[in-house]
Amino acid sequence: MSYRHSIGCSLENLKGIRDFIRGTLRGHVHSEVQLNEIVLALDEMCSNLIIHSHQCNPDDKLELRIQFRTGNQVVFEIVDEGSQFNINEFHSPDLSHLVQEKRKGGLGIRLVKTIMDSVEYTHQGNQNICRLTKRL
Amino acid sequence: MVHIKRLQEDGFDILAIVGEIDASSAIELDLAIARSVGEGYKRILIDCGSLEYISSAGLGVFMSYIEEFRDKQLVMVLFGLKEKVSNTFSILGLADLLNIRTGKQEAKQLANELSA
Repeated sequence: MSYRHSIGCSLENLKGIRDFIRGTLRGHVHSEVQLNEIVLALDEMCSNLIIHSHQCNPDDKLELRIQFRTGNQVVFEIVDEGSQFNINEFHSPDLSHLVQEKRKGGLGIRLVKTIMDSVEYTHQGNQNICRLTKRL
Repeated sequence: MVHIKRLQEDGFDILAIVGEIDASSAIELDLAIARSVGEGYKRILIDCGSLEYISSAGLGVFMSYIEEFRDKQLVMVLFGLKEKVSNTFSILGLADLLNIRTGKQEAKQLANELSA
């Protein structure tokens, strides 16, 4: 069983993505802290895609799919078309650098890599699929 | 999605964040802190008691003020964080870089100590 939620690439739609994740995972994740972590990691991934790959163009579409696997594993897939934004090619910046440069970005990638067990990318035709896995 | 209420108490400017801060709403937090600084407040408290969610965009706003506050000798203290929100700060190790206290009184006390 796969749960799907599709949005236009506008930052205003992040709230809908978070509500979809909370609604789908409730009953599977019993800790508020862990549920929030998963919501956070996916919000960060979608924000990055919306901003960097789609320049906040609401006509571009992005889909989040959630699948429950055996062994308490959940697989999240973020599917879009366009230029790929591969977080594995980015190093998490040093915190002291962020403070000195007064940068407001760069923390999200660190969060995703810390929270998720794996982040992988594949292509299917024109589609980029970012697959994140998490053992509950 | 996010409301930021302001109130002044004993010379502190208290910004109460209500709701969720993400990449679309982090600008509200940024503007609220900038306004407080612009109005000359030296001790700013951030009431996180009704903050339900914060993403890296919101955390980045707090980070971006660290140096400015140090240079201008201003103090910012966060208080009342829910466990799920506090966990987000901890994952990134921000608890060591920002001033965070449990309740308002402790936050005021720390702000007074740091600005003395």
